Amino acid sequence: MKELVCIVCPRGCRLKVDEESGFAVTGNSCPRGAEYGKNEISHPTRVITSTVRLQGGLYPRCPVKTDRAVAKEKMLDIMKKLNAVDLTSPVHIGDIVLENCDGEGANIIVTKNL
Amino acid sequence: MYDLIVVGGGPAGLAAANSAWEKGLKKILIIERDKELGGILNQCIHNGFGLHRFKEELTGPEYASRFIKMLESTGVEVMTDTMVLEINKEHQVHVISAKEGYRVLEAKSIVLAMGCRERTRGAIAIPGDRPAGVFTAGSAQRYLNMEGYMVGKRVVILGSGDIGLIMARRMTLEGAKVLACVEVMPYSGGLMRNIVQCLQDWNIPLYLSHTITDIVAKDGRVSHVTVNKVDERRNPIPGTEMEFDCDTVLLSVGLIPENELTRAAGIEMDNRTNGAVVYENMETSVPGIFACGNVVHVHDLVDYVSAESERAGAAAASYVLNTPAESPVTPVVNGDNVSYTVPMKIRADRIEKMADVFFRVRNVFKESVIEVKCGDEVLQSFKRDHMAPGEMEHILLVKKVIDAAQGRAITISAREA
Repeated sequence: MKELVCIVCPRGCRLKVDEESGFAVTGNSCPRGAEYGKNEISHPTRVITSTVRLQGGLYPRCPVKTDRAVAKEKMLDIMKKLNAVDLTSPVHIGDIVLENCDGEGANIIVTKNL
Repeated sequence: MYDLIVVGGGPAGLAAANSAWEKGLKKILIIERDKELGGILNQCIHNGFGLHRFKEELTGPEYASRFIKMLESTGVEVMTDTMVLEINKEHQVHVISAKEGYRVLEAKSIVLAMGCRERTRGAIAIPGDRPAGVFTAGSAQRYLNMEGYMVGKRVVILGSGDIGLIMARRMTLEGAKVLACVEVMPYSGGLMRNIVQCLQDWNIPLYLSHTITDIVAKDGRVSHVTVNKVDERRNPIPGTEMEFDCDTVLLSVGLIPENELTRAAGIEMDNRTNGAVVYENMETSVPGIFACGNVVHVHDLVDYVSAESERAGAAAASYVLNTPAESPVTPVVNGDNVSYTVPMKIRADRIEKMADVFFRVRNVFKESVIEVKCGDEVLQSFKRDHMAPGEMEHILLVKKVIDAAQGRAITISAREA
């Protein structure tokens, strides 16, 4: 049994998730909380936002993000890969700068026109 | 002569200018002191913006770009790298820039959208040395995310506001060790999702009811800090000292609306919000000068800033296109458990059916009721499952409630159900 606070809405329900009975969730007030609790324990994911080097732009860094949530345990590994990215202005929102950064199809994309 | 001058090109200014253009103003100018539009959103590279407005999770720069793109399809003029030095009741705007020098511009209406600034070490008086390595969380954020400088390697964060929490994760992702987040209150001022994703994900301890009591320097840089537990009056408790070896202290201890221009113009201020007193359409005490966004009161979500600023822009357009007559005023005041309201005054004949009212509660509430009263009579009430000081509340007052008050003050209060 694991305990966590639901972050789907500001109410902050205290969830209990039972790993041994198919990630059954109790303590939630709505179905979204049940889904959050299950995913958060069985397969937690996060969107990564960071920056990469940019030559010739208004600023020397360009903000980027993963175009979908990636497995939480892969975050630091993906951050290392970003150190090797070197962009040249102009770049546009949505440009892919690193394909398949997590081995499961998530791309790193630009989040600012620079 | 401009129809409208907007002071500030962040989310509030952008939304106000777009909306005024849509409502028919033709000669609109946005003045921005930075080198590009977008304001603070440019350094907020994390996601979570726009859930209300666009029904998707955008990063700060992406959210700004949606409004900048809208602006590009209008005839709104933009001056960047330009500082407003003074405005006055005659709607004159004194500006200075390296390119154009000093000029006085004139406008039929003005929207104040200067946003807010962070509280600094000076504002909260932390004892100790005065070395390099003490930053507000927002300046560290700008260094890291825009200018490309890592501000430190071992970090202690004072205050658990959202910017501090976001920076705890950001510094960790970039390889720093964040040793602790220290909060003087018994609860965090940040959103729960940020506590989970920024602290718990990275095993960063959050010390509630604690504060930094000493900053010690070595060779001009922070070398360690002392943290004490505090009692219920927020006084440090002797004997509870903890030492953290760190080179950097980030402060996330609150935001203050930036109103030097507003005060100097003689516009009436509110000492609860530190912003201008505003009417139902975001007009200040000076006719034709409006204010919106964090310069009026600090918002939780940029989505709400955009919505409020669109109302201000539309009201400026209406002021210019059909100069309104004097109207009777109904004051709105905060009652039990409510710390302020925006607006502070409503002119019933200026609203169509309903008036937006925003406020914050003083305590955490579960099942609760918001009551709108005139004298002892409850005119309107709203139920809530959950309210907290960190979450701005919003209600819609119906016109007949305001009419019923007949100019007497309307009180907004909150209580447990």
